[in-house]
Amino acid sequence: METAVRVVNLVKKFGNFVANDNLNFEVSKGEVFGFLGANGAGKTTAIKILCGLSKPTSGTVQVAGFDAYHQSEKIKQNIGYMSQKFSLYDDLTIKENIRFYGGIYGLSSKFIKQKTDEYITQLQLEQYQKRFVKDLPLGIKQKLAFSVANIHNPSIIFLDEPTSGVDPITRRQFWDLIYAEAHKGKTIFVSTHYMDEAEYCDRITIMVDGKIAALGTPNNLKRDYKANNISEIFLLLARGIKSENH
Amino acid sequence: MNNAIIIQSLSKSYGDVEALKNISIDIKTGEIFGFIGSDGAGKTTLFRILTSLMIPDHGTAEVIGFDVVKDYKELRKNLGYMPGQFSLYQDLTVKENLNFFAGIFKTSIAENYHLIEDIYKQIEPFKNRRAGKLSGGMKQKLALSCALIHKPKVLFLDEPTTGVDVVSRAEFWEILKSLKQQGITIVVSTPYMDEAALCDRVALIQKGAILTIDTPENIVSNFHEPIYAVKAENRHKLFEDISKFEATKSAYWFGENMHWIPKENFDEKSLENYFNMLNYNNIYIQKISASIEDVFMELMIK
Amino acid sequence: MKGFIIKEFLQIFRDYRSMAILFGIPIAQIMLFGFALNMDLNNAHIAILDRAKDAYSIEFSNKIASSKYFILDQNIQSEKGIEASFRKGKIKEVIIIPKDFTKKLMNGEGADIQVIADASDPNTASILVNYTRAIATDFQQSMQQNLKEIPIIIPQIRYRYNESLKSVYMFVPGIFTIILMLVSAMMTSISIAREKELGTMEILLVSPIKPVQIIMGKVLPYVMLSFINATVILVLSYFVFGMPFNGSITLLLTEGLLFIVMSLALGIFISTVSNSQQTAMLLSMFALLLPTILLSGFIFPIENMPVILQWISNIMPSKWFIIIVKDIMLKGANFMDVWKETLIIISMTLFFIVLSIKKFNIRLSEN
Repeated sequence: METAVRVVNLVKKFGNFVANDNLNFEVSKGEVFGFLGANGAGKTTAIKILCGLSKPTSGTVQVAGFDAYHQSEKIKQNIGYMSQKFSLYDDLTIKENIRFYGGIYGLSSKFIKQKTDEYITQLQLEQYQKRFVKDLPLGIKQKLAFSVANIHNPSIIFLDEPTSGVDPITRRQFWDLIYAEAHKGKTIFVSTHYMDEAEYCDRITIMVDGKIAALGTPNNLKRDYKANNISEIFLLLARGIKSENH
Repeated sequence: MNNAIIIQSLSKSYGDVEALKNISIDIKTGEIFGFIGSDGAGKTTLFRILTSLMIPDHGTAEVIGFDVVKDYKELRKNLGYMPGQFSLYQDLTVKENLNFFAGIFKTSIAENYHLIEDIYKQIEPFKNRRAGKLSGGMKQKLALSCALIHKPKVLFLDEPTTGVDVVSRAEFWEILKSLKQQGITIVVSTPYMDEAALCDRVALIQKGAILTIDTPENIVSNFHEPIYAVKAENRHKLFEDISKFEATKSAYWFGENMHWIPKENFDEKSLENYFNMLNYNNIYIQKISASIEDVFMELMIK
Repeated sequence: MKGFIIKEFLQIFRDYRSMAILFGIPIAQIMLFGFALNMDLNNAHIAILDRAKDAYSIEFSNKIASSKYFILDQNIQSEKGIEASFRKGKIKEVIIIPKDFTKKLMNGEGADIQVIADASDPNTASILVNYTRAIATDFQQSMQQNLKEIPIIIPQIRYRYNESLKSVYMFVPGIFTIILMLVSAMMTSISIAREKELGTMEILLVSPIKPVQIIMGKVLPYVMLSFINATVILVLSYFVFGMPFNGSITLLLTEGLLFIVMSLALGIFISTVSNSQQTAMLLSMFALLLPTILLSGFIFPIENMPVILQWISNIMPSKWFIIIVKDIMLKGANFMDVWKETLIIISMTLFFIVLSIKKFNIRLSEN
């Protein structure tokens, strides 16, 4: 199977503090890869490196076939990114946001217009067209943000806690969107604090203190740890280890 | 005093958006009461009214005997509040933050140390670190310490665990339980449905209206529709097929399983037959009891 | 309250960038204005039409011509020559000495000299006119020693107390005012807006702390810092530029303190109407800085403004403070000389304090 992300012996240090301690994993094309870990376990650091925003201290990192040391600009063109904290501009309308992000990736205005209409129909945004993004319900905003992160047809999409605070129904609709894209061959890299969402991933990794503590399919992990659900594994791995010593 | 908080037909609108629609609730003294609902449900507006930060359009609310509009001065001396956004001084250290909040309530850390001892011990190793440099879980603990330092009679926690990892969330709830032992009434809101089970009573809230108020156990046991967990090898195909099934009232993912609620007069037999017809192997169907999240979604659709 | 002030200080001192701005900018500004923007003009070309051609008129002409500010380009013989010499563009000013100059002076009648300046550049013109006036005064005083009658040269002299005509003397009071106003008002308004932005205001509001306490807690640290700033500026202007201190330093500092409190009150008022640091900053810049520079008489003389702007300048607190500072520093005025201006500032202070306490919301605003 084609490899979308390849990480070998990745180390990232900030001064004496080791944020990522010898990470190794591969993500295949079309896979939904869940990235779990306590706050401060090193998830954000790793995602930043994979997105080409930060350079690793040592190790090999390849994203969409490009090297994170020298080709971070190429990486940026081939990935989409959305996070819970920031996704769209609150004081712009839906169309203005789409036009802005389309413009960043140098898409033609004809194409942007076509995509705008497509998103509005697909996400049933007709009634919100004239509104500012800050007036949208969070769930709708996040669904739109996901589509916008996808506008330049990247091969990998990074989602950083995309569903935090979203209601249970919309949360599931959001996952439908994720599946639909994965089905088209897109690789999805997602972090979440909802443990039921961990089960929706093809494979998950749990980070503890900068290291990968567990990696595998949800079913295999549950079997290995003799656990009923991912939440139990997470608590087992993360508890007892002081998660605050950075 | 049996009720710590009495809310009567409270309404609040921002322009043409109704944030709260005629809400009435009584919250008992000494209980942990949870408002369970997603972002935009009206939880923050309700908390701001109850903490006297906002005036309702209609209706009244009394918190520990004080009217939230008229008696706000007395009320403010007796309530602890932790807003949804992390609201401490990021450029002050842990210790300085705590000292400051003790100071504005005219008390000292020493005076009420017993209240925050359990929490503070966990963050004490970092007492000289700036609050902005703490991790999510630590920030929440510090914020809680600051909200408790003046020994409030009632504590309002607006989404204290949003964006916090499972471990820190579990620890946070343990702390809340021990605070309950001290006789403090705790009102907490959360978007995590699994946290509902940790409250004495909960209100499910959606689009400014209360869907139901009860103990978590009763909410679940009052849900009379049969519900089944379904599992198959090909998740995508399972979802597509089950959605098409005529007997399906609703079907949605729930962790590793799909939850299936059949229309009236159908049961697992009909689902089994359907899968046999489609040549499924290794199909797993199990009748289960509903969780808060199942109930919430059914109520949302209504 | 005490806790609040401690916290405020900790926050101020930890924000190195703000600290640098707080203390660095005033020093940079005063240096900049003092040296680079020195508006003294030297070697301006002028012409003289001497109708008297008597002993004193020649002496007066020579005195003008020998000053470093002027170069006597030509002696004009008739009225017609005036227009012609201006047209050439080189001549910036023409001085006309009347007939019987000496006689009028001796009789004590008062001699009118006429000064015509090229006002296409009004600033230069007014500076040149002032130089001329000053030289006339000087001349008058030197004559006094030889004569029994007191000689009078009209027109009136404006910068009587700034004999060496250094423009830094005019700038220091202005910069002093601007810096005090800006630092005090901008820093308080931003620091309150920041609490709103970060959500800490929510916690302060639900605590029993009173609005007055929040406001005082915010104000007192900045009173101190601004006061230090004021002292630094005064010390600099004294030692670096040789600015005279003719009046009481205590009075000057007390007036400075009053003005600081006024600016802080204004800053708090600004913060009550702004919800973000950005708004607070822009409001302070445009609502305070520009009018202070333009309308206080700091750069453009108020007398040269249209009547409407002159009226508006009356509601600029800085205008009154600049008058006070100039009077105290240059003229050595005592309190009785500046009590009117002081009273105006006091009433403005009270106005803003009352207004901001009234406007200070005990609840969250709803948008």
